Amino acid sequence: MFPLGLFPYIVGGIIIGIGVSFIYIITGLHATQSSFFSTTLSYFSKRPYFQQKQYLDSRGWRITFAVGVILGALVYTLTLSPEGFFTTSVQWWRLALGGLLVGFGTRLSKGCTSGHGISGLGSLSTTSLYAVITFLVVGILTAMIVQVLRVIP
Amino acid sequence: MRMKHLIVFIGGLLFGFGLAFGGMAKQEIVLSFLQLKDLGLLLLLGGSAFVTALTINLVPKVLKGPFLGGEFKRRKRTLNRRTIIGAIIFGIGWGISGQCPGSAWSSLGVGNIPVLIGIASMFIGAYIMGRFFT
Repeated sequence: MFPLGLFPYIVGGIIIGIGVSFIYIITGLHATQSSFFSTTLSYFSKRPYFQQKQYLDSRGWRITFAVGVILGALVYTLTLSPEGFFTTSVQWWRLALGGLLVGFGTRLSKGCTSGHGISGLGSLSTTSLYAVITFLVVGILTAMIVQVLRVIP
Repeated sequence: MRMKHLIVFIGGLLFGFGLAFGGMAKQEIVLSFLQLKDLGLLLLLGGSAFVTALTINLVPKVLKGPFLGGEFKRRKRTLNRRTIIGAIIFGIGWGISGQCPGSAWSSLGVGNIPVLIGIASMFIGAYIMGRFFT
């Protein structure tokens, strides 16, 4: 069930929760992830969907947030990481196809693992609970099928 | 304004550090969770949601509002077909690739450069959604 132990998962989760809480207490913002794609597209597309006020208002801090996430992971890699830098063996076409569906699906659903999963569940939102159950079940089924088809890793 | 960005940046550092610490930057670990070989990521999700739930539900009882002004709000989304259909499509992409939006940024931080392909694709997917399905 837990071949790598419980420690990194529990501690990692708590650190993420502290990061989200820190931003919430001081700024009142919900620090979520997938909106970044739509708000950043507002710099490039004049279509009304991308130019909606809440996207224009949040596009600046969402870029700052993404940069913070990248550098936070870099700090971990340079300090506590047992093996240093890492490169996935997942095939490029899976990263591309998966990414396309992730971008489309999270924006249609208005949330991802962080928006529905952390901030949504943290807000005790039943909408987010249904979304989380749905993407967990579908994600598990899909990954199982990928495994059965012997696409590895 | 500058203060807001500084706070968001520090929170982002913690978020990215926690993701990498908990293995989310590695698609292999995400996939081993979705293939039910290592259930650890349930603890990561549960732990982060639990801490966030404590904050969102208890802090507004103690403080009048956020330190930088405004008011505390819950994250509210209306449940409709798009919520569920979107979650299904996201789940398929997640199961195929082991990527999600936040973890993709943390992947860049651990030097997992191929995930740039995934991030570019997420932009395209988000654009198609906003361009043709709104």
